[in-house]
Amino acid sequence: MTIRVNGQQTECETGTTLLQLLERMALRPEAVVVERNRAIVKSGEYGATRLDQGDELELLHFVGGG
Amino acid sequence: MSMYDVVREWTPRVADAPLRAFMDATTAGDVARVLRKERLSPYDLLTLLSPAAATQLESMAHRARELTVRHFGRTIQLFTPLYLSNHCTNQCRYCGFNARNHIPRQRLTDEEILAEGRAIVATGLRHLLLLTGDARQVSGPEYIAHAARLLAPLFPSLSVEVYSLTDAEYALLVDAGIDGMTMFQETYNEALYPELHPAGPKRDYHFRLDAPERAARAGMRSVGLGALLGLDDWRRDAFFTALHGHWLQRRYPYVDVSFSVPRLRPHAGAFQPAHTVSDHDLVQVILAYRIFMPSAGITVSTRERADLRDNLIPLGVTRMSAGVSTAVGGHAVREQGGHAARAQDGHAAHKDVEGQGDGDGATPQFEISDPRSADAMAAAIAARGYQPVYKDWESVLDGGYGCGIACAARRTPSGEPVGASTPAAPRATA
Amino acid sequence: MTHDTHDNDTLVIGGTALTSRLFIGTGKYGTDSLIPDVAGASGSQVITVALRRVDLANPKSNVLAHIPPHMRLLPNTSGARTAEEAVRIARLAQAAGCGNWIKIEVISDSRFLLPDGYATARATETLAKEGFVVLPYMNPDLYVARDLVNAGAAAVMPLGAPIGTNRGLRTAEMIGVLIEEIDLPVIVDAGIGKPSQACEAMEMGAAACLVNTAIATAGNPVAMARAFGEAVRAGRAAYLSGAGPVATGTADGASASSPLTGFLGE
Repeated sequence: MTIRVNGQQTECETGTTLLQLLERMALRPEAVVVERNRAIVKSGEYGATRLDQGDELELLHFVGGG
Repeated sequence: MSMYDVVREWTPRVADAPLRAFMDATTAGDVARVLRKERLSPYDLLTLLSPAAATQLESMAHRARELTVRHFGRTIQLFTPLYLSNHCTNQCRYCGFNARNHIPRQRLTDEEILAEGRAIVATGLRHLLLLTGDARQVSGPEYIAHAARLLAPLFPSLSVEVYSLTDAEYALLVDAGIDGMTMFQETYNEALYPELHPAGPKRDYHFRLDAPERAARAGMRSVGLGALLGLDDWRRDAFFTALHGHWLQRRYPYVDVSFSVPRLRPHAGAFQPAHTVSDHDLVQVILAYRIFMPSAGITVSTRERADLRDNLIPLGVTRMSAGVSTAVGGHAVREQGGHAARAQDGHAAHKDVEGQGDGDGATPQFEISDPRSADAMAAAIAARGYQPVYKDWESVLDGGYGCGIACAARRTPSGEPVGASTPAAPRATA
Repeated sequence: MTHDTHDNDTLVIGGTALTSRLFIGTGKYGTDSLIPDVAGASGSQVITVALRRVDLANPKSNVLAHIPPHMRLLPNTSGARTAEEAVRIARLAQAAGCGNWIKIEVISDSRFLLPDGYATARATETLAKEGFVVLPYMNPDLYVARDLVNAGAAAVMPLGAPIGTNRGLRTAEMIGVLIEEIDLPVIVDAGIGKPSQACEAMEMGAAACLVNTAIATAGNPVAMARAFGEAVRAGRAAYLSGAGPVATGTADGASASSPLTGFLGE
């Protein structure tokens, strides 16, 4: 299935969880915050969140700022 | 935080013993330091009211003059009081209108109000202060509003100095075109207050204390405060008066705050003030008010002598009454040639009782000391290099300043009243 | 008599008592590995971070790894152009587990980077109701500041000069008005380029200063962080001590001109 991650089209297997996606992208779950279709996904629920065709994900993390 | 909270917070700090300790410890050097400051704390204000500051009046006067000229220019606004009624249900022990005094009581009719108004307009004065005693059955808010509507075509600015009103009643007056109110707490000493006001609605200290805030909330453009100096230690009452003004200005920044400085003076047979307030003390209070609140107006009434008033002009005063009668119907009576010698002054709650035996149906609330006409006062002001201002203000919009700005100032950006929202995050303190 | 005291001089924001009045940032460092030493040298207890999309091509960088654990994180909403975006970013920052403090920054003018007061006030109101400790970045405008007070802000953060310019306290007069009129901590944010300017802000009565660019872009950021820490402490101590007399024209003129109170006699 196809989803969008940070604006980029990404292919992944049907039934993939958010946690599996993050691992595939080599992202530490505790270092990111995720919006799925404009709704914040709580950090404890990544493993239970199964992605659907057409999902729009925003993956964010802290960077330097003033 | 209400003004009552402020009073409760500071009352123990300025009780007799701690106040004396502070005053004893304050030096002329402390005063000099305060005079160099831009922003003054409450303790700085106390410093300016101290005996040490009394030795530094000349430096204080120069600072006060500089601040006044910067904020107001060299101008003195003129106004005159119009007494609508002397019926009163209070028994203020220092007042000539005291309900227990057997004096003729009178309330002006429509025709008399207009006659008074026309007589005043003929002198050139355009700012009018309406006064009544405290008798809701006789001179209720509706009557005051009605009088204001009669007079509004003649006067660009109408103020009231009447008993404490509710929010809705102040709104009624604003709607009638009244843009200013003056309310003297008389004394901020909550323990002393009931002794001086043994009966009547005025006995309610708290309701009176909150009246200026209610007026500000209703959209009054200018709010005047004052303590009747001499009832309590004048340093303490002056301190609270200035704190009250500062508190009100911060909370209602659209209001022009002003102070009046009425004082009691001892005389035979009348109410004896517990604390005398000398000319020197009076000057110190005026200077302290000015330096503590550079943008506040300061009013000096004809209760003070002509020579003293003239000398006060450069010290921070911004408003003076002229052509004054403190008797009901006093302006038209005088115009008819009757009682020119008995000119008297406004400032309702502050009543020396000398005049009470006057049996001609126009008993003055108190005797005045400066009987000069508007013309004579204007000439005296000009002689000091200041400009007498007859008309300082006129509402641009019908219906006056109104509640729009008053309400807007107390709302959140989304339009909800401040304080009505759901619990917010813990607030910080500076 | 002096009643001001230096004892227990803490800045309380959102229920947290801070002993350092210098806030620092994490932006613009040549290498983020400098941040721990900068933080230590500054003595600061509050540090700002920003939230951004993960760069999928280079996902490894993580500024949090460089921030000493005792420091309070102050995420900002930089990148927000509207109130709604600021609210969204704030909620994401909270979801990231970094506490409930948020520095609101709404900027839709990319040339001058000046904050949008109206949008900032609206975002502040929404977030304060949700329990955030909101520190809005603002132009030092009295009316905007009052809106922010009414909106439930925990402090106001007026700019001394446009972001990143290091031009100093160009808005000193207006910041002085806020210090006088606003019953919230006034934290000068943006524009402070030198320790002397931070010191001046503190002498004026600012509750704290936020300094990022001036430290991050200094030749020696760690030494500069220490200098800022000392400057802020000195300025605060001076404020609490009360300035001594300064000769002015008025004071000199006082004795020369005619007496104003001579009528009182002695």
